[in-house]
Amino acid sequence: MTEITIIGAGVSGLCVARGLTDRGASVTVVDRDAELGPRSCSWWAGGMLAPFCEGTNADPLVVRLGLEAADWWAANTQATCRCGSLVLSPTRDRAELAHFAGRTQGYVKVNGTQIATLEPDLADRFESGLYFEAEAHLAPRAALAQLRAGLMRDGAQFLQEDADPNDYAQRGITVDCRGLQARDTHKDLRGVKGEMLVLSCPEVTLNRPVRMLHPRVPLYIVPRGNGIFMLGATMIESSSAAHISVRSVLELLSAAYALNPAFGEAQVLEIGVDCRPAFPDNLPRIRRDGNLISSNGLFRHGFLLAPAMARMVTSLIYDGITPEVMDETPA
Amino acid sequence: MRDFYGTTLDCMLMLGTAQYPSPHVLADAFKRSAASVATVSLRRESGRDRAGQDFWHLIRDLGVHLLPNTAGCHTVKEAVTTAHMAREVFNTKWIKLEVIGEEDTLQPDVFGLVEAARILSEDGFQVFPYTTEDLVVADKLLHAGCEVLMPWGAPIGSGLGLNNLFGLRTMRAHFPDITLVIDAGLGLPSHAAQAMELGFDAVLLNTAVAKAGDPAAMALAFATAIQAGHLAAAAGPMCPRDMATPSTPVIGKAFLK
Repeated sequence: MTEITIIGAGVSGLCVARGLTDRGASVTVVDRDAELGPRSCSWWAGGMLAPFCEGTNADPLVVRLGLEAADWWAANTQATCRCGSLVLSPTRDRAELAHFAGRTQGYVKVNGTQIATLEPDLADRFESGLYFEAEAHLAPRAALAQLRAGLMRDGAQFLQEDADPNDYAQRGITVDCRGLQARDTHKDLRGVKGEMLVLSCPEVTLNRPVRMLHPRVPLYIVPRGNGIFMLGATMIESSSAAHISVRSVLELLSAAYALNPAFGEAQVLEIGVDCRPAFPDNLPRIRRDGNLISSNGLFRHGFLLAPAMARMVTSLIYDGITPEVMDETPA
Repeated sequence: MRDFYGTTLDCMLMLGTAQYPSPHVLADAFKRSAASVATVSLRRESGRDRAGQDFWHLIRDLGVHLLPNTAGCHTVKEAVTTAHMAREVFNTKWIKLEVIGEEDTLQPDVFGLVEAARILSEDGFQVFPYTTEDLVVADKLLHAGCEVLMPWGAPIGSGLGLNNLFGLRTMRAHFPDITLVIDAGLGLPSHAAQAMELGFDAVLLNTAVAKAGDPAAMALAFATAIQAGHLAAAAGPMCPRDMATPSTPVIGKAFLK
Protein backbone atom coordinates (compact mmCIF):
# COMPACT_ATOMS: atom_id res chain seq x y z
CA MET A 1 0.00 0.00 0.00
CA THR A 2 1.44 3.40 -0.98
CA GLU A 3 1.99 5.71 1.95
CA ILE A 4 1.31 9.35 1.15
CA THR A 5 1.50 12.40 3.38
CA ILE A 6 -0.71 15.41 2.76
CA ILE A 7 0.22 18.70 4.39
CA GLY A 8 -2.81 20.89 5.00
CA ALA A 9 -6.26 19.80 6.12
CA GLY A 10 -8.30 22.49 4.41
CA VAL A 11 -10.58 21.80 1.51
CA SER A 12 -7.70 21.22 -0.87
CA GLY A 13 -5.90 18.70 1.36
CA LEU A 14 -9.01 16.78 2.41
CA CYS A 15 -10.20 16.35 -1.18
CA VAL A 16 -6.77 15.04 -2.18
CA ALA A 17 -6.85 12.70 0.85
CA ARG A 18 -10.26 11.41 -0.24
CA GLY A 19 -9.11 10.83 -3.82
CA LEU A 20 -5.94 8.99 -2.76
CA THR A 21 -7.73 6.90 -0.13
CA ASP A 22 -10.23 5.82 -2.77
CA ARG A 23 -7.31 4.56 -4.83
CA GLY A 24 -6.05 2.52 -1.89
CA ALA A 25 -3.33 4.78 -0.52
CA SER A 26 -2.46 4.87 3.16
CA VAL A 27 -2.88 8.56 3.87
CA THR A 28 -1.59 10.77 6.68
CA VAL A 29 -2.93 14.32 6.81
CA VAL A 30 -0.75 16.81 8.69
CA ASP A 31 -2.01 20.24 9.70
CA ARG A 32 -0.84 22.95 12.09
CA ASP A 33 -4.28 22.85 13.72
CA ALA A 34 -5.91 19.85 15.38
CA GLU A 35 -9.30 20.65 13.88
CA LEU A 36 -10.51 22.82 11.03
CA GLY A 37 -10.75 26.35 12.42
CA PRO A 38 -10.56 30.06 11.63
CA ARG A 39 -6.88 29.88 10.61
CA SER A 40 -7.94 27.96 7.51
CA CYS A 41 -9.36 29.74 4.47
CA SER A 42 -11.87 26.93 4.11
CA TRP A 43 -13.44 27.89 7.43
CA TRP A 44 -14.59 31.18 5.87
CA ALA A 45 -15.65 29.83 2.48
CA GLY A 46 -18.99 30.76 0.97
CA GLY A 47 -19.54 27.22 -0.24
CA MET A 48 -21.14 28.18 -3.52
CA LEU A 49 -20.72 25.57 -6.22
CA ALA A 50 -21.49 28.04 -8.97
CA PRO A 51 -19.21 27.43 -11.92
CA PHE A 52 -21.38 29.28 -14.42
CA CYS A 53 -21.63 32.40 -12.29
CA GLU A 54 -17.89 32.41 -11.70
CA GLY A 55 -17.51 32.56 -15.48
CA THR A 56 -18.40 36.21 -15.34
CA ASN A 57 -14.81 37.07 -14.49
CA ALA A 58 -12.95 33.78 -14.19
CA ASP A 59 -11.09 31.89 -16.87
CA PRO A 60 -13.13 29.25 -18.77
CA LEU A 61 -10.88 26.64 -17.12
CA VAL A 62 -12.46 27.45 -13.75
CA VAL A 63 -15.93 26.96 -15.20
CA ARG A 64 -15.00 23.64 -16.78
CA LEU A 65 -13.19 22.20 -13.76
CA GLY A 66 -15.87 23.59 -11.46
CA LEU A 67 -18.56 21.60 -13.24
CA GLU A 68 -17.22 18.51 -11.48
CA ALA A 69 -17.76 19.95 -8.03
CA ALA A 70 -21.47 19.49 -7.29
CA ASP A 71 -21.44 15.77 -8.16
CA TRP A 72 -18.30 15.19 -6.14
CA TRP A 73 -19.59 16.91 -3.03
CA ALA A 74 -22.98 15.23 -3.29
CA ALA A 75 -21.23 11.84 -3.54
CA ASN A 76 -18.84 12.44 -0.66
CA THR A 77 -20.88 14.46 1.83
CA GLN A 78 -24.46 15.09 2.87
CA ALA A 79 -23.91 18.83 3.02
CA THR A 80 -24.77 19.69 -0.57
CA CYS A 81 -27.95 21.38 -1.74
CA ARG A 82 -28.64 21.36 -5.47
CA CYS A 83 -31.18 24.17 -5.73
CA GLY A 84 -29.48 26.41 -8.26
CA SER A 85 -28.53 30.02 -7.68
CA LEU A 86 -30.18 33.33 -8.39
CA VAL A 87 -28.58 36.52 -9.70
CA LEU A 88 -30.44 39.79 -9.20
CA SER A 89 -29.86 43.48 -9.59
CA PRO A 90 -31.77 46.49 -8.36
CA THR A 91 -33.82 48.06 -11.17
CA ARG A 92 -31.44 50.97 -11.38
CA ASP A 93 -28.50 48.66 -12.08
CA ARG A 94 -30.12 46.58 -14.79
CA ALA A 95 -27.06 47.16 -16.98
CA GLU A 96 -25.10 44.99 -14.53
CA LEU A 97 -27.53 42.12 -15.07
CA ALA A 98 -27.23 42.41 -18.85
CA HIS A 99 -23.45 42.44 -18.51
CA PHE A 100 -23.52 39.36 -16.28
CA ALA A 101 -25.84 37.54 -18.69
CA GLY A 102 -23.54 38.37 -21.57
CA ARG A 103 -20.58 36.80 -19.81
CA THR A 104 -22.15 33.59 -18.50
CA GLN A 105 -24.03 30.51 -19.62
CA GLY A 106 -26.39 28.02 -18.04
CA TYR A 107 -29.11 30.41 -16.90
CA VAL A 108 -32.70 31.22 -17.70
CA LYS A 109 -33.99 34.77 -17.40
CA VAL A 110 -36.65 35.15 -14.73
CA ASN A 111 -39.18 37.90 -14.15
CA GLY A 112 -40.63 39.23 -10.92
CA THR A 113 -43.30 36.50 -10.71
CA GLN A 114 -40.78 33.73 -11.23
CA ILE A 115 -38.42 35.25 -8.69
CA ALA A 116 -41.30 35.30 -6.18
CA THR A 117 -41.95 31.61 -6.84
CA LEU A 118 -38.31 30.67 -6.35
CA GLU A 119 -37.76 32.95 -3.36
CA PRO A 120 -41.04 34.09 -1.78
CA ASP A 121 -39.19 36.41 0.60
CA LEU A 122 -37.88 38.40 -2.34
CA ALA A 123 -41.35 38.88 -3.88
CA ASP A 124 -42.05 42.35 -5.31
CA ARG A 125 -38.50 43.45 -4.74
CA PHE A 126 -36.89 42.57 -8.07
CA GLU A 127 -38.21 42.73 -11.63
CA SER A 128 -35.67 40.59 -13.39
CA GLY A 129 -32.92 38.13 -12.68
CA LEU A 130 -30.99 35.10 -13.87
CA TYR A 131 -31.58 31.61 -12.55
CA PHE A 132 -28.74 29.10 -12.78
CA GLU A 133 -30.61 25.87 -12.20
CA ALA A 134 -27.66 23.47 -12.31
CA GLU A 135 -25.66 25.21 -9.60
CA ALA A 136 -25.44 24.11 -5.99
CA HIS A 137 -24.17 25.15 -2.61
CA LEU A 138 -22.97 23.48 0.55
CA ALA A 139 -22.21 24.20 4.19
CA PRO A 140 -18.40 24.27 4.13
CA ARG A 141 -17.69 23.48 7.77
CA ALA A 142 -20.14 20.58 7.83
CA ALA A 143 -18.85 19.29 4.52
CA LEU A 144 -15.24 19.25 5.70
CA ALA A 145 -16.16 17.67 9.04
CA GLN A 146 -17.96 14.88 7.18
CA LEU A 147 -15.07 14.45 4.79
CA ARG A 148 -12.65 14.20 7.69
CA ALA A 149 -14.85 11.73 9.58
CA GLY A 150 -15.16 9.57 6.47
CA LEU A 151 -11.39 9.56 5.97
CA MET A 152 -10.80 8.55 9.56
CA ARG A 153 -13.29 5.72 9.18
CA ASP A 154 -11.31 4.56 6.17
CA GLY A 155 -8.06 4.52 8.11
CA ALA A 156 -6.52 7.92 7.32
CA GLN A 157 -4.29 9.34 10.05
CA PHE A 158 -4.48 12.96 11.17
CA LEU A 159 -1.47 14.63 12.78
CA GLN A 160 -1.15 18.07 14.31
CA GLU A 161 2.19 19.57 13.33
CA ASP A 162 3.41 22.75 11.66
CA ALA A 163 5.23 20.61 9.14
CA ASP A 164 7.82 21.39 6.50
CA PRO A 165 6.72 19.42 3.40
CA ASN A 166 10.38 18.90 2.43
CA ASP A 167 10.98 16.82 5.57
CA TYR A 168 8.15 14.49 4.66
CA ALA A 169 9.15 14.38 0.99
CA GLN A 170 12.47 12.82 2.00
CA ARG A 171 10.53 9.83 3.31
CA GLY A 172 7.91 9.42 0.57
CA ILE A 173 5.33 11.03 -1.66
CA THR A 174 4.08 14.23 -0.08
CA VAL A 175 1.35 16.56 -1.29
CA ASP A 176 1.64 20.18 -0.17
CA CYS A 177 -1.86 21.65 0.17
CA ARG A 178 -1.02 24.45 2.59
CA GLY A 179 -2.53 27.32 0.63
CA LEU A 180 -1.01 30.67 1.51
CA GLN A 181 1.28 29.03 4.10
CA ALA A 182 3.22 27.62 1.15
CA ARG A 183 4.58 31.05 0.28
CA ASP A 184 7.92 29.90 1.66
CA THR A 185 8.38 27.77 -1.45
CA HIS A 186 5.92 29.43 -3.86
CA LYS A 187 7.28 32.92 -4.26
CA ASP A 188 4.60 33.90 -6.79
CA LEU A 189 1.74 33.09 -4.44
CA ARG A 190 -0.08 36.12 -3.03
CA GLY A 191 -2.96 36.67 -0.66
CA VAL A 192 -6.24 38.22 -1.75
CA LYS A 193 -8.11 39.37 1.30
CA GLY A 194 -11.75 38.40 1.70
CA GLU A 195 -14.17 39.52 4.37
CA MET A 196 -17.48 37.91 5.27
CA LEU A 197 -20.21 38.03 7.86
CA VAL A 198 -22.48 35.37 9.32
CA LEU A 199 -25.94 36.63 10.23
CA SER A 200 -28.88 35.14 12.03
CA CYS A 201 -32.17 36.31 10.59
CA PRO A 202 -35.02 33.83 11.21
CA GLU A 203 -37.50 36.19 9.54
CA VAL A 204 -35.96 35.60 6.13
CA THR A 205 -35.90 32.34 4.24
CA LEU A 206 -33.83 31.84 1.13
CA ASN A 207 -33.65 28.52 -0.70
CA ARG A 208 -30.49 29.12 -2.62
CA PRO A 209 -27.52 31.51 -2.88
CA VAL A 210 -28.45 34.92 -4.19
CA ARG A 211 -25.98 37.26 -5.85
CA MET A 212 -26.93 40.88 -5.96
CA LEU A 213 -25.11 42.79 -8.65
CA HIS A 214 -24.11 46.34 -8.05
CA PRO A 215 -21.54 48.47 -9.86
CA ARG A 216 -19.64 49.11 -6.65
CA VAL A 217 -20.63 46.54 -4.02
CA PRO A 218 -21.51 43.13 -5.42
CA LEU A 219 -22.81 40.82 -2.71
CA TYR A 220 -23.63 37.19 -2.36
CA ILE A 221 -25.64 35.66 0.40
CA VAL A 222 -25.69 31.94 1.04
CA PRO A 223 -28.39 30.36 3.22
CA ARG A 224 -26.99 27.95 5.78
CA GLY A 225 -30.41 26.82 7.05
CA ASN A 226 -32.15 27.64 10.33
CA GLY A 227 -32.16 31.35 9.60
CA ILE A 228 -28.38 31.54 9.29
CA PHE A 229 -26.81 33.34 6.34
CA MET A 230 -23.31 33.92 5.13
CA LEU A 231 -22.61 37.25 3.48
CA GLY A 232 -19.61 37.76 1.30
CA ALA A 233 -17.25 38.64 0.14
CA THR A 234 -14.83 41.44 -0.48
CA MET A 235 -11.77 41.07 -2.70
CA ILE A 236 -8.85 43.19 -1.65
CA GLU A 237 -5.28 42.91 -2.87
CA SER A 238 -3.83 42.47 0.60
CA SER A 239 -2.09 39.68 2.47
CA SER A 240 -3.22 40.89 5.86
CA ALA A 241 -6.02 38.87 7.39
CA ALA A 242 -5.91 40.79 10.62
CA HIS A 243 -9.16 42.73 10.68
CA ILE A 244 -12.24 43.63 8.72
CA SER A 245 -12.53 47.31 7.82
CA VAL A 246 -15.49 49.47 8.77
CA ARG A 247 -16.05 50.20 5.10
CA SER A 248 -16.36 46.50 4.28
CA VAL A 249 -18.86 45.92 7.07
CA LEU A 250 -20.89 48.92 5.92
CA GLU A 251 -20.87 47.78 2.33
CA LEU A 252 -21.79 44.17 3.05
CA LEU A 253 -24.57 45.06 5.46
CA SER A 254 -26.01 47.80 3.24
CA ALA A 255 -26.16 45.37 0.35
CA ALA A 256 -27.95 42.78 2.53
CA TYR A 257 -30.37 45.45 3.68
CA ALA A 258 -31.06 46.37 0.06
CA LEU A 259 -31.78 42.71 -0.73
CA ASN A 260 -34.38 42.56 2.01
CA PRO A 261 -34.83 45.21 4.71
CA ALA A 262 -35.63 42.44 7.19
CA PHE A 263 -31.85 41.90 7.36
CA GLY A 264 -31.79 45.16 9.29
CA GLU A 265 -33.02 43.16 12.28
CA ALA A 266 -30.51 40.36 11.84
CA GLN A 267 -27.87 39.54 14.43
CA VAL A 268 -24.24 39.44 13.43
CA LEU A 269 -22.91 36.08 14.59
CA GLU A 270 -19.45 36.07 13.06
CA ILE A 271 -17.08 38.34 11.25
CA GLY A 272 -14.51 36.54 9.17
CA VAL A 273 -11.35 37.68 7.44
CA ASP A 274 -8.88 35.59 5.55
CA CYS A 275 -6.64 35.60 2.51
CA ARG A 276 -7.17 33.42 -0.50
CA PRO A 277 -4.03 31.93 -2.05
CA ALA A 278 -3.63 33.08 -5.65
CA PHE A 279 -1.05 32.95 -8.42
CA PRO A 280 -0.71 35.95 -10.78
CA ASP A 281 -3.28 34.54 -13.23
CA ASN A 282 -5.62 33.56 -10.38
CA LEU A 283 -5.58 29.99 -11.72
CA PRO A 284 -4.69 26.85 -9.76
CA ARG A 285 -1.42 25.03 -10.30
CA ILE A 286 0.10 21.66 -9.58
CA ARG A 287 3.86 21.51 -9.28
CA ARG A 288 6.17 18.57 -8.78
CA ASP A 289 9.68 18.34 -7.47
CA GLY A 290 10.57 14.67 -7.03
CA ASN A 291 8.49 13.27 -4.20
CA LEU A 292 6.94 16.62 -3.44
CA ILE A 293 3.76 17.53 -5.26
CA SER A 294 2.00 20.78 -4.54
CA SER A 295 -1.53 21.81 -5.33
CA ASN A 296 -2.26 25.46 -4.73
CA GLY A 297 -3.68 28.76 -5.98
CA LEU A 298 -7.35 27.85 -5.72
CA PHE A 299 -8.06 31.57 -5.11
CA ARG A 300 -11.75 32.20 -4.44
CA HIS A 301 -12.70 28.82 -5.85
CA GLY A 302 -11.65 26.43 -3.08
CA PHE A 303 -14.72 24.20 -2.83
CA LEU A 304 -15.41 24.60 -6.52
CA LEU A 305 -11.99 23.48 -7.74
CA ALA A 306 -10.71 21.17 -4.99
CA PRO A 307 -12.43 18.04 -6.39
CA ALA A 308 -10.91 18.52 -9.87
CA MET A 309 -7.51 19.34 -8.36
CA ALA A 310 -7.71 16.19 -6.21
CA ARG A 311 -8.60 14.12 -9.27
CA MET A 312 -5.55 15.46 -11.09
CA VAL A 313 -3.17 14.94 -8.16
CA THR A 314 -4.47 11.39 -7.74
CA SER A 315 -4.04 10.46 -11.39
CA LEU A 316 -0.61 12.09 -11.45
CA ILE A 317 0.49 9.82 -8.59
CA TYR A 318 -1.32 6.63 -9.62
CA ASP A 319 -1.46 6.82 -13.42
CA GLY A 320 1.39 9.17 -14.26
CA ILE A 321 -1.00 11.47 -16.09
CA THR A 322 0.29 15.02 -16.32
CA PRO A 323 -2.42 17.37 -15.02
CA GLU A 324 -3.63 20.10 -17.35
CA VAL A 325 -2.82 22.62 -14.62
CA MET A 326 0.74 21.29 -14.27
CA ASP A 327 3.27 24.07 -13.90
CA GLU A 328 6.49 22.74 -15.41
CA THR A 329 8.43 25.96 -14.95
CA PRO A 330 7.63 27.41 -11.54
CA ALA A 331 8.65 31.01 -10.99
CA MET B 1 5.25 65.90 -27.03
CA ARG B 2 3.65 67.18 -23.85
CA ASP B 3 5.47 67.26 -20.58
CA PHE B 4 4.25 65.53 -17.40
CA TYR B 5 6.35 67.20 -14.72
CA GLY B 6 9.47 66.76 -16.80
CA THR B 7 8.61 63.33 -18.14
CA THR B 8 7.50 62.69 -21.70
CA LEU B 9 5.37 59.65 -22.44
CA ASP B 10 5.73 57.31 -25.41
CA CYS B 11 2.09 56.31 -25.26
CA MET B 12 -0.72 58.64 -24.29
CA LEU B 13 -2.73 55.91 -22.61
CA MET B 14 -2.77 55.69 -18.83
CA LEU B 15 -4.43 52.62 -17.37
CA GLY B 16 -5.89 51.93 -13.96
CA THR B 17 -5.02 48.63 -12.31
CA ALA B 18 -8.26 47.73 -10.49
CA GLN B 19 -10.99 45.23 -11.31
CA TYR B 20 -9.10 43.00 -13.74
CA PRO B 21 -9.85 39.27 -13.65
CA SER B 22 -6.24 38.67 -12.53
CA PRO B 23 -2.87 40.43 -12.32
CA HIS B 24 -1.82 38.33 -15.29
CA VAL B 25 -4.63 39.74 -17.45
CA LEU B 26 -3.73 43.20 -16.21
CA ALA B 27 -0.12 42.71 -17.32
CA ASP B 28 -1.33 41.53 -20.74
CA ALA B 29 -3.40 44.69 -21.14
CA PHE B 30 -0.31 46.80 -20.51
CA LYS B 31 1.80 44.72 -22.86
CA ARG B 32 -0.66 44.80 -25.75
CA SER B 33 -1.45 48.50 -25.46
CA ALA B 34 2.03 49.75 -24.50
CA ALA B 35 0.28 52.02 -21.98
CA SER B 36 2.92 54.18 -20.34
CA VAL B 37 1.40 54.93 -16.95
CA ALA B 38 -0.27 52.70 -14.37
CA THR B 39 -2.46 54.27 -11.75
CA VAL B 40 -2.64 52.30 -8.56
CA SER B 41 -4.94 52.95 -5.69
CA LEU B 42 -3.65 52.62 -2.21
CA ARG B 43 -6.10 51.55 0.42
CA ARG B 44 -4.84 52.93 3.66
CA GLU B 45 -5.53 49.58 5.29
CA SER B 46 -3.11 47.91 2.86
CA GLY B 47 -0.54 50.68 3.13
CA ARG B 48 -0.22 50.73 6.88
CA ASP B 49 1.55 47.39 7.23
CA ARG B 50 2.40 47.04 3.54
CA ALA B 51 -0.01 44.14 3.33
CA GLY B 52 -0.66 44.93 -0.34
CA GLN B 53 2.93 44.57 -1.41
CA ASP B 54 2.52 41.31 -3.33
CA PHE B 55 0.17 43.11 -5.69
CA TRP B 56 2.34 46.23 -5.81
CA HIS B 57 5.33 44.13 -6.82
CA LEU B 58 3.31 42.82 -9.75
CA ILE B 59 2.41 46.42 -10.70
CA ARG B 60 6.04 47.50 -10.43
CA ASP B 61 7.06 44.63 -12.67
CA LEU B 62 5.00 46.21 -15.47
CA GLY B 63 7.94 48.55 -15.92
CA VAL B 64 5.80 51.65 -16.57
CA HIS B 65 5.48 54.97 -14.73
CA LEU B 66 3.48 54.56 -11.54
CA LEU B 67 0.84 57.11 -10.66
CA PRO B 68 -0.55 56.29 -7.22
CA ASN B 69 -3.95 57.76 -6.51
CA THR B 70 -6.02 58.78 -3.55
CA ALA B 71 -9.15 56.99 -4.79
CA GLY B 72 -12.01 56.90 -2.34
CA CYS B 73 -10.81 59.83 -0.22
CA HIS B 74 -13.55 62.23 0.80
CA THR B 75 -11.61 64.79 2.82
CA VAL B 76 -8.43 66.79 2.43
CA LYS B 77 -6.92 65.08 5.44
CA GLU B 78 -7.59 61.58 4.09
CA ALA B 79 -6.18 62.50 0.69
CA VAL B 80 -3.04 64.05 2.14
CA THR B 81 -2.41 61.06 4.42
CA THR B 82 -2.93 58.63 1.57
CA ALA B 83 -0.61 60.65 -0.68
CA HIS B 84 2.16 60.51 1.90
CA MET B 85 1.71 56.79 2.30
CA ALA B 86 1.78 56.34 -1.48
CA ARG B 87 4.98 58.35 -1.81
CA GLU B 88 6.65 56.12 0.72
CA VAL B 89 5.35 52.86 -0.75
CA PHE B 90 5.90 53.63 -4.44
CA ASN B 91 8.85 55.98 -4.15
CA THR B 92 7.43 58.60 -6.52
CA LYS B 93 6.45 62.26 -6.24
CA TRP B 94 3.55 61.73 -8.62
CA ILE B 95 0.13 61.59 -7.07
CA LYS B 96 -3.25 61.46 -8.76
CA LEU B 97 -5.32 63.50 -6.38
CA GLU B 98 -8.95 62.55 -5.90
CA VAL B 99 -11.12 64.19 -3.29
CA ILE B 100 -14.61 62.84 -3.78
CA GLY B 101 -17.43 65.26 -3.02
CA GLU B 102 -20.59 63.41 -3.89
CA GLU B 103 -21.27 59.75 -3.31
CA ASP B 104 -23.63 59.09 -6.20
CA THR B 105 -21.71 60.74 -9.03
CA LEU B 106 -18.29 60.50 -7.36
CA GLN B 107 -17.65 64.01 -8.64
CA PRO B 108 -14.72 65.85 -7.13
CA ASP B 109 -15.07 68.17 -4.17
CA VAL B 110 -13.29 70.96 -5.99
CA PHE B 111 -12.85 73.07 -2.87
CA GLY B 112 -11.11 70.25 -1.01
CA LEU B 113 -9.21 69.38 -4.18
CA VAL B 114 -7.65 72.83 -4.48
CA GLU B 115 -6.71 72.84 -0.81
CA ALA B 116 -5.18 69.36 -0.93
CA ALA B 117 -3.36 70.21 -4.17
CA ARG B 118 -1.79 73.26 -2.50
CA ILE B 119 -0.71 71.29 0.58
CA LEU B 120 0.78 68.48 -1.47
CA SER B 121 2.48 70.75 -4.03
CA GLU B 122 4.14 72.71 -1.25
CA ASP B 123 5.30 69.41 0.16
CA GLY B 124 7.10 68.53 -3.07
CA PHE B 125 4.46 66.30 -4.67
CA GLN B 126 3.74 66.50 -8.39
CA VAL B 127 -0.01 66.57 -8.37
CA PHE B 128 -2.37 65.23 -11.07
CA PRO B 129 -5.74 66.49 -9.84
CA TYR B 130 -8.96 64.76 -10.87
CA THR B 131 -11.20 67.74 -11.54
CA THR B 132 -14.16 68.93 -13.58
CA GLU B 133 -13.99 71.09 -16.71
CA ASP B 134 -14.64 74.20 -14.60
CA LEU B 135 -12.21 76.90 -15.73
CA VAL B 136 -12.13 78.75 -12.43
CA VAL B 137 -11.26 75.59 -10.52
CA ALA B 138 -8.65 74.76 -13.15
CA ASP B 139 -7.06 78.16 -12.69
CA LYS B 140 -6.98 77.77 -8.92
CA LEU B 141 -5.38 74.32 -9.26
CA LEU B 142 -2.64 75.82 -11.42
CA HIS B 143 -2.06 78.51 -8.83
CA ALA B 144 -1.94 75.81 -6.16
CA GLY B 145 1.07 74.36 -7.96
CA CYS B 146 -0.38 71.81 -10.38
CA GLU B 147 1.23 71.57 -13.81
CA VAL B 148 -1.11 68.88 -15.12
CA LEU B 149 -4.91 68.85 -14.93
CA MET B 150 -7.19 65.86 -15.29
CA PRO B 151 -10.75 66.86 -16.13
CA TRP B 152 -13.39 64.17 -16.14
CA GLY B 153 -15.07 62.90 -19.29
CA ALA B 154 -18.04 61.62 -17.30
CA PRO B 155 -18.56 60.17 -13.80
CA ILE B 156 -16.06 57.46 -12.81
CA GLY B 157 -16.96 54.05 -14.15
CA SER B 158 -20.00 55.29 -16.07
CA GLY B 159 -18.67 54.68 -19.57
CA LEU B 160 -20.67 57.65 -20.91
CA GLY B 161 -17.84 59.28 -22.82
CA LEU B 162 -17.30 63.04 -23.06
CA ASN B 163 -20.33 64.50 -21.34
CA ASN B 164 -19.61 68.17 -21.82
CA LEU B 165 -17.95 68.71 -25.18
CA PHE B 166 -18.37 72.45 -25.02
CA GLY B 167 -16.77 72.64 -21.58
CA LEU B 168 -13.83 70.43 -22.51
CA ARG B 169 -13.22 72.27 -25.79
CA THR B 170 -13.27 75.56 -23.90
CA MET B 171 -10.87 74.22 -21.32
CA ARG B 172 -8.45 73.13 -24.00
CA ALA B 173 -8.64 76.54 -25.68
CA HIS B 174 -8.29 78.35 -22.38
CA PHE B 175 -5.16 76.51 -21.26
CA PRO B 176 -3.28 75.87 -24.51
CA ASP B 177 0.06 75.31 -22.77
CA ILE B 178 -1.06 73.12 -19.88
CA THR B 179 -0.93 69.33 -20.00
CA LEU B 180 -4.54 68.13 -19.89
CA VAL B 181 -5.58 64.51 -19.43
CA ILE B 182 -9.11 63.20 -19.77
CA ASP B 183 -9.69 61.08 -16.71
CA ALA B 184 -12.70 58.88 -16.06
CA GLY B 185 -16.01 58.09 -17.68
CA LEU B 186 -14.81 56.73 -21.02
CA GLY B 187 -16.51 53.58 -22.27
CA LEU B 188 -15.35 53.14 -25.85
CA PRO B 189 -12.23 53.73 -27.89
CA SER B 190 -14.18 56.27 -29.94
CA HIS B 191 -14.55 58.36 -26.78
CA ALA B 192 -10.79 58.33 -26.36
CA ALA B 193 -10.22 59.22 -30.01
CA GLN B 194 -12.60 62.14 -29.59
CA ALA B 195 -10.69 63.36 -26.53
CA MET B 196 -7.44 63.33 -28.46
CA GLU B 197 -9.08 65.02 -31.49
CA LEU B 198 -10.06 67.83 -29.15
CA GLY B 199 -6.37 68.26 -28.41
CA PHE B 200 -6.09 66.61 -25.01
CA ASP B 201 -2.69 65.20 -24.19
CA ALA B 202 -3.53 61.81 -22.76
CA VAL B 203 -6.38 59.65 -21.59
CA LEU B 204 -6.74 57.76 -18.33
CA LEU B 205 -9.20 54.93 -17.92
CA ASN B 206 -9.76 51.71 -16.01
CA THR B 207 -13.21 50.13 -16.04
CA ALA B 208 -13.70 50.15 -19.83
CA VAL B 209 -10.63 47.94 -20.19
CA ALA B 210 -10.70 45.93 -16.95
CA LYS B 211 -14.34 44.92 -17.34
CA ALA B 212 -14.16 44.15 -21.06
CA GLY B 213 -14.57 40.54 -22.15
CA ASP B 214 -10.98 40.64 -23.43
CA PRO B 215 -9.18 43.38 -21.50
CA ALA B 216 -5.93 43.12 -23.46
CA ALA B 217 -7.70 43.49 -26.80
CA MET B 218 -9.72 46.42 -25.48
CA ALA B 219 -6.58 48.10 -24.17
CA LEU B 220 -5.04 47.79 -27.62
CA ALA B 221 -8.22 49.21 -29.17
CA PHE B 222 -7.99 52.23 -26.87
CA ALA B 223 -4.29 52.74 -27.56
CA THR B 224 -4.94 52.62 -31.30
CA ALA B 225 -7.85 55.04 -31.05
CA ILE B 226 -5.75 57.43 -28.97
CA GLN B 227 -3.04 57.37 -31.59
CA ALA B 228 -5.60 58.01 -34.34
CA GLY B 229 -7.12 60.92 -32.43
CA HIS B 230 -3.70 62.37 -31.70
CA LEU B 231 -2.65 62.13 -35.35
CA ALA B 232 -5.93 63.71 -36.41
CA ALA B 233 -5.51 66.65 -34.04
CA ALA B 234 -1.99 67.25 -35.33
CA ALA B 235 -3.06 66.87 -38.95
CA GLY B 236 -5.46 69.82 -38.77
CA PRO B 237 -9.05 68.63 -38.94
CA MET B 238 -11.43 70.24 -41.40
CA CYS B 239 -14.21 72.45 -40.12
CA PRO B 240 -17.75 71.12 -40.38
CA ARG B 241 -20.07 73.11 -42.60
CA ASP B 242 -23.77 73.08 -43.31
CA MET B 243 -23.60 72.94 -47.08
CA ALA B 244 -22.45 69.99 -49.11
CA THR B 245 -19.26 70.57 -51.06
CA PRO B 246 -18.56 68.03 -53.77
CA SER B 247 -15.07 66.67 -53.62
CA THR B 248 -15.08 66.30 -57.40
CA PRO B 249 -15.97 69.48 -59.32
CA VAL B 250 -19.11 69.23 -61.49
CA ILE B 251 -18.31 72.20 -63.72
CA GLY B 252 -17.15 71.01 -67.11
CA LYS B 253 -18.78 67.60 -66.82
CA ALA B 254 -21.03 66.51 -69.66
CA PHE B 255 -24.69 66.92 -68.81
CA LEU B 256 -26.62 63.68 -68.84
CA LYS B 257 -30.34 63.79 -69.15
